[in-house]
Amino acid sequence: MVNTAVDIAGIRMKNPVMTASGTFGSGLEFSDFLDLGQLGAIVVKGMTLEPCSGNKGRRMAETAAGMLNCIGLENPGADEFINKTLPKLAEFDTPVIVNIAGKTIEEYGELAGRLNVAGVAGLEVNISCPNVKQGGIVFGTDPACAASVISEVKKASKLPVIAKLSPNVTNIVEMAQAVEAVGADAVSLINTLLGMAIDIKTCKPVLGNIVGGLSGPAVKPVALRMVWQVASAVKVPVIGMGGIMCADDAIEFLLAGASAVAVGTANFVNPRATIQIAQGIEEYLSERGLTDVKQLVGMVNN
Amino acid sequence: MPKIVEIATVIDNIRITDDVKKLVLSSPKIATQARPGQFIHLKIGGSYDPLLRRPLSIAEANSDKGTLGIYYRVVGRGTELMAQLKSGDMVDNVGPLGQGFDLNCKRPLLIGGGMGIAPLVFLTQELCPRPIEVVLAGRTNQEMFWQDCFARSCQDVHITTDDGSLGFKGNALAVLPNLLDKKFDMIYVCGPKPMMSGVAKLASRAGIPCQVSLEEHMACGIGACLSCTCAAGDGTRKKICTDGPVFWAEEVVW
Repeated sequence: MVNTAVDIAGIRMKNPVMTASGTFGSGLEFSDFLDLGQLGAIVVKGMTLEPCSGNKGRRMAETAAGMLNCIGLENPGADEFINKTLPKLAEFDTPVIVNIAGKTIEEYGELAGRLNVAGVAGLEVNISCPNVKQGGIVFGTDPACAASVISEVKKASKLPVIAKLSPNVTNIVEMAQAVEAVGADAVSLINTLLGMAIDIKTCKPVLGNIVGGLSGPAVKPVALRMVWQVASAVKVPVIGMGGIMCADDAIEFLLAGASAVAVGTANFVNPRATIQIAQGIEEYLSERGLTDVKQLVGMVNN
Repeated sequence: MPKIVEIATVIDNIRITDDVKKLVLSSPKIATQARPGQFIHLKIGGSYDPLLRRPLSIAEANSDKGTLGIYYRVVGRGTELMAQLKSGDMVDNVGPLGQGFDLNCKRPLLIGGGMGIAPLVFLTQELCPRPIEVVLAGRTNQEMFWQDCFARSCQDVHITTDDGSLGFKGNALAVLPNLLDKKFDMIYVCGPKPMMSGVAKLASRAGIPCQVSLEEHMACGIGACLSCTCAAGDGTRKKICTDGPVFWAEEVVW
């Protein structure tokens, strides 16, 4: 028997495969394709206190082995989620982690407080959205700002708090250490890499927001490097993500030091990707005669 | 209706014009469930580049044979790969996706522009034997390969081309005022957005219910990524992939 269960900052998961925020809706969108009860955790689409309509214009562009998006945190707001979506997710025996975003530090705190409700297992704090002008990346690229946001959320929340880090920084280790110092229970990385595409026929940017976040297999080597750097420098668990398409990719992140992984863009290509990756990790462990997924974490031979 | 992942087999990939082909797939589960106006999401090849699936509207669904017919214009790397598919090749198919047309009518008028004509082929099949009139609009007669798809099942086929190389010279909107004197009780339109908004306006003025089929770049096709959302008339946001692609014209903020 292979044990795939992991505990991330007190959140018990059947396996280390989570969904990456923004790529899995509320989870319910995928229920025709897989049993949500078999996932490690569901991380829902980034949420704001009030409903948000997102960015105007074209929001998605495919690039080489990846895609750019500038959705801009479109979501129905916290109340709608708590009243309508959360009760449906409660039917599945899978922890629900809510990704939160705010325009001000106070708003992060207020939203975190609002989510102290049954059925929410943890918060992932989006201090790294590249697509909203206020908030998001502003908080995610300055260590002191990032720490203030996490500190405010920790004060307001009874739940485990995961800080989602932006790769759009010079020194990601410094960011991770800054949020760890103010009590972040885990860190997740990477969010998307800021990118751009231009239509040479019209000479205009492809995306309505001009720039957007790059995700998909194209970003995986960058993500893996950052996960490895951060995992070697912090004591809290690291959730690794960025271009994971298959079990082999996920195993790389575990070896680099991630205690769990999140699958993002792959969900768009293969709606069953999460479940297949969880199965693939289990097979890899069995083949190697390992009994526990934790035996892989950080085991890269440098 | 549950969405299905199915490995489809290419039956045929027929050249229609210089840049348009018709892909025929054996995809029995999806073919038996598909409704006019719905689409499939095809992953062509196992490579990460291009990465995403391609949304394609269903032009034919034969539940007896278990086949789907897809017309596509070769415009980029995804469709270039599609164009190379050969009989016997496998493609990963997700569908049927989205909300199709409401077929509740007695005397329908169908209006299609360019590749937007594709879903109207399937719609015509399902509306038959009701008396159907259709307006097919294109840039030139080269694009008017659709006539055979409509000739047998439609009472009247009106053709417009921008250059006048076939049918009426002009766009669909130009022939519409005369047609609307007849007693249609439903208008279906799929094509470029300016054409659809123009038709929606004329339909509203004539008091005829109108359904439009919208298009937007999308990544997931199942309501998760929010790439394709749009503002609706009631102040809400709609997802073109799951709330649409077919909407009532008055739901849309043009």
